Parts: sequence; structure tokens; C-alpha cells
Amino acid sequence: MSGLGAERPERIASVADQVAPIALEAPATAVHFLGEQAVVAGSEAACTLAAPDGTPRPVAVTDGAILCTVSDGTRVVLGCDDGRVVALDADAAVATLATDAKRRWIDCVALHKDGTLAWSAGKTAFVRGHDDAEKSWEAPSTVGGLAFAPKGVRLAVAHYGGATLWFPNMTAKPERLDWAGSHLGIAFSPDGRFVVTAMHEPALHGWRLADGRHMRMTGYPARVKSMAWCGGGKLLATSGADCLILWPFGSKDGPMGKEPMMLAPLDARVSCVAAHPTQDILATGYEDGTVLLVRLPDGAEIVARERDGDAVAALGWSASGETLALATEGGAAGLLKIV
Amino acid sequence: MSDAVSAEKIPVTVLTGYLGAGKTTLLNRILSENHGKRYAVVVNEFGEIGIDNDLVVGADEEVFEMNNGCICCTVRGDLIRILGGLMKRKGRFDAIIVETTGLADPAPVAQTFFVDEDVQKHARLDAVVTVADAKWLSERLKDAPEAKNQIAFADVIVLNKTDLVGADDLAEVEGRIRAINPYARLHRTERCRVALADVLERNAFDLDRIVDLEPDFLNAGDDHDHHDHDHHGHDHHDHDHHHHGHSAHGHGGMKHYHDEDMQSLALTSEAPLDPVRFMPWLQGLVAKEGQKILRSKGILAFKDDDDRYVFQGVHMMLEGDHQRPWRDDEQRLSRLVFIGRDLPEQAIRDGFAACIAAS
Repeated sequence: MSGLGAERPERIASVADQVAPIALEAPATAVHFLGEQAVVAGSEAACTLAAPDGTPRPVAVTDGAILCTVSDGTRVVLGCDDGRVVALDADAAVATLATDAKRRWIDCVALHKDGTLAWSAGKTAFVRGHDDAEKSWEAPSTVGGLAFAPKGVRLAVAHYGGATLWFPNMTAKPERLDWAGSHLGIAFSPDGRFVVTAMHEPALHGWRLADGRHMRMTGYPARVKSMAWCGGGKLLATSGADCLILWPFGSKDGPMGKEPMMLAPLDARVSCVAAHPTQDILATGYEDGTVLLVRLPDGAEIVARERDGDAVAALGWSASGETLALATEGGAAGLLKIV
Repeated sequence: MSDAVSAEKIPVTVLTGYLGAGKTTLLNRILSENHGKRYAVVVNEFGEIGIDNDLVVGADEEVFEMNNGCICCTVRGDLIRILGGLMKRKGRFDAIIVETTGLADPAPVAQTFFVDEDVQKHARLDAVVTVADAKWLSERLKDAPEAKNQIAFADVIVLNKTDLVGADDLAEVEGRIRAINPYARLHRTERCRVALADVLERNAFDLDRIVDLEPDFLNAGDDHDHHDHDHHGHDHHDHDHHHHGHSAHGHGGMKHYHDEDMQSLALTSEAPLDPVRFMPWLQGLVAKEGQKILRSKGILAFKDDDDRYVFQGVHMMLEGDHQRPWRDDEQRLSRLVFIGRDLPEQAIRDGFAACIAAS
């Protein structure tokens, strides 16, 4: 499925000059949107709220470092190394949601669309729903990732040796999904049929929840750190190779026995991916600083950021799909209006 | 280029030692000394022992196997996570010290630096420093395999509590250490009083700084480490050249022991090696015997090659590179060192001999 390189025109269209820059004070690690306002999480203690024209408004959220972030579009929830889970809203108000009793690092956070919050510190995963009751579950090892199922309050917890599906509001025994190795990132497919983990080794592992069947997705030169569902939830786009990797999840067997689609090859590894909320467009960031907008399924490309050696750290779309936020490890960031 | 990159990498010192040897004493000494450096400290059993430092992180010592089918390729998963988190606070500290539990095997810590791409990108393993109790180490070497591993693995050994033993006992424990690991720098201390330059910024895992592979013989009663005391603040000078010339020393009053299962093996060749034969042999050796080989190092002279080739390894993991041209005044001597358990000495010697290039 490669071979696109041969057909690639000498110059592809670029909209890089239309990016409104956001001045940051520190390297970026994540981007989210609160309405049409972007939030760039810094590698240290601050976030930057950015107006649609790029005007920055730095907000201190912790005395320590931000370790993980998640957003549901109404707030950005951040896990910090001072043991606090904090929320930042569009008015730049910062609220402490939880404080770890032992002040351990908050390694992972997740948000359910109904507002239920999950976080982890060490081996312990915590969930807090609308009733403010806090429940916790001890994983067999340090929690590597958290994700809520699209329906019902069910939390997938990635850990060493596999993942566990935990129903915090039910007494049912957590359901264990075994696979040797260390599992870090985790995601449900939008239809809830599959759970996929990004492993410490350069591979993904998936389970079909109906029968626990395994899906090994290997061949990556580097660890997968960024995943995004696209194509109506039927494709999983990932980083980790020198092109965009798309695994087919449309059929009942998922990607079992199938090759992934490979688009947008460059002489640099893909570092992050972000799917447009409504159209089949993937923002794809590379370690050399390039950002491409890649159309599915034909792979047509538009340059959104030119290569400059500054690895792309994060990409995110506004809910309306009108704006793409991009940020780099070197602390460059910007907003691109797609009209 | 590589120099510039490695200069940016945060040095990580691994502090090991059997229970009660004095790891925490050394750690607090490092932290309290007026060196102008800021350390991030990764400790176990968070909060149990007071450590006076701004940035202390509790670790879980989660060792996991890599899924590459080799059972000794274990890494510290928690360390990968912690180093990743600490890198977000880069600029707030100059170096990292990882204290392991008394029962820990240093190998998974070291291997973490060989296999994890993100760790390699931002941090470098500086040295494994083992604190040993002069009074009790001889006993522990008999009954605690962990203690033996820690000695075998060390780049620097701080032989502590020397005030609690007599000269004979001290000679005995040093002899036992040397039987296992003659290459580590050994410092005798009371209450871990050691010059920080002797334990930090050692560059023991830096291929560019493999200078010689001579045993670190001690002169009994002689403080041969005095040169380091006024070097605080010098970042990249080379301590090792001070030790040139020590190699031919007599052994002072040191006793000789043979450890039953852990030993070192040194191989040399004045004739150049054939790289086409040597590389597969070395790789095959560590693949087959890697569980037994804790550490390996070598400086090699290949036939028709004017560059020194250097390598180092931890169990089955190897890294090697051309280092620099041989100097005109330098003998082109190939030298390899293995430290390990039940090493198949004759097979290794025979295999190495077969790698010598036909003249």
C-alpha cells in the first residue's frame, strides 16, 4: 500500500504561512480546545490559553510539572507531579479536583463524556462520578494508561501484562485482558468493540471484547505515542513509523490478518496524529517539524507546517473542525484556520 | 556533534549496595555537599528515610521482561516513566541519582539505558556506584547473590565502615572484592566520606571514555585518590589518565581469593583481530552466555583499521563504535574484559583466539 512517494508532486500545496503563531514560554506537550480557544499545555507548570488570532494568556496551573492532560471540550484536566489533578476552564479559572494523599505523581487522566473523571497514581486508578464518590482499584503494576468506554461507565486500565476493564459502579469483578509486556497508552474503538494498547515495545496490541481475541499490530520502528480514530471510527491512525499508519477496524475481525494502510511517507517519523472531527482529514506531525494535512483515503497532502527540525509535540482540532492547533517540543505553536 | 548531544543528556548515577551498607549516608553526603549542583533523586520506599532534597521521587522497582524472547533482557518500567516525567522539569536539576533497594540487581537499571529510546534521548547512565560494608561484605558475598551482583556490576565501589574492621579484615574483604571485580575504582571510606568527583561524573558507560581496561590496583594504606579533591566543578576532564601506570604495581598487602562462581576474565592480543570473525563471535557469545556475563568491555585493534574500536555490554546487550585513531606512540593491543558468573573460560579464550587475523 505504499508507493505514494513515486507519485508525489515536486511541490505540494502549503498553507503554512497562514498559521497564526502563539508565543509560548516553554516547550509544549499537549493541545486542546475550549470552544475556539486553544489550550497549549507546557512541559512545566503553565498552560497557555490562545485566542483564535493566537494572542496568548499564560495560566499557572501547578508548582510542579504537568504530566498528563485530557479534555472534553468544556475543561482541560491535568495531572501534575505535585500529586494534584487540576481543571482549567475557558475563563482561565484553575480548580483542584483531587490531591493524592501521598502526593504521588498523577501519571494518567481520563474523562468520560458524562463528566466522570479518572486518574492514576502509581498502581492505583481512581474514578469520581457525579455523586463525588471516589472509588479506586489497585492494578497489578503501575498504571500505563486510562480510557473510558464510549458507553457506560467502564474504565480500561493499561498495565504490565495486559489491561483490565473495570466497572467502578458495579460489584462485578474487573475483566482482565492478558498480553505479556508493558502496556502504556490505551483506547477503545468508537463503537466499543475493541480495546487497543500502545506497548513499550514498538507495537500495538488489541483485543476484540466480544471474545477476547488478540490482535498484534507490529512492524513499527519506534514506540507508538499517538493514536487517533478516523474514517468514521473504522480506522486507527498512529505515529511511530516514517509514514502515517492506519489499521482497519471496520470489519468484525478488525485488523487481524490485514496490512495497515500507509500514507504520507517522509524521511522522518510521525510523532503525533489528530483526526478532524467531521471530515476524513488527519493532521500528521513529524519529528522533523513537518505537519501535513492528509486526506483519506487518497492520501492527498497539504503542508501546514514546514520542516525545521523541531519535533511536533501535539496537534488538536477544535470541536467545530475549523481550527487546528499545533505545537512543538521546542516551544513553537500556532493556530491554522481551515475554512 | 555527538559530544554536543551527550553534553545535553542528563547524567544518571545508580547507587546500589546491600542493606545497611550506607547508601543513604552517601546519598545525603552527595546532596548536602556544597557543589552548586542540583540533583533529582529517585528512591525506593518513598518517605521512609529522610532525604533532604527538593526533588525526590518514589520508585516501585518494577522490573519487566522485554518481549524479545531473551529472559535476561529486563528493564525498569518505573524508571522509564520517572525519567520521562523528570525530563519535563529539565533545567531544574543537573543530574539524577537512582538509589536501588538493597536487594536489587543493577542489571535492569543499566539495561533500561540500552533499550529505551526515550531514555537514551534525554539521559545517559554515568556509573553504577556500589556501597559495601567492610565489616559484613565478606559474609554477604557467601550468602547473598544480590550483594555479589552489586560488586560485580560496579564501576565504583565505596568500601564503607573501614573504621569498624582491622587491617587484616580489610585486606580480606578487598581481596574478595577484587576476586569478583578487579576493574572498579575502589575507595575506602568511613561514613561514606568520599570525594564526590570519585562517584559522580564518571562517564563509565561512555564509549568515548573507555581509556584503558587495567585493573584498579590499590596501594595498601595509600590514598591515591587525593588528586580528585580540588577538581570540583570541572565537568569533562578525564580522571582516568591519573591511573595510568598503576597497572604494573605490586599488590601491596592484598590477599588473593578466587570467588567460586563470580569472576572476571581478561583477554588480550597483540596481533590485530579480524572484524569479520570477531563481531559475529562476540554477538554469538553474549547471545548464548549473556545470562552469565554481567558486564563486558573491550578496546580492539582490527586489521587494516587505524581506529580503535570500543564496545561495552550488559548481559546480552552490546554497543560499540569506532572511537578514535590509534596514536603513533600507542601499542595496538586488543583487550577484552568479561565479568560474570561461571564464565566458560576456555571456550571464550578459544573463540577469541580464532578471531585473530591471519598475518
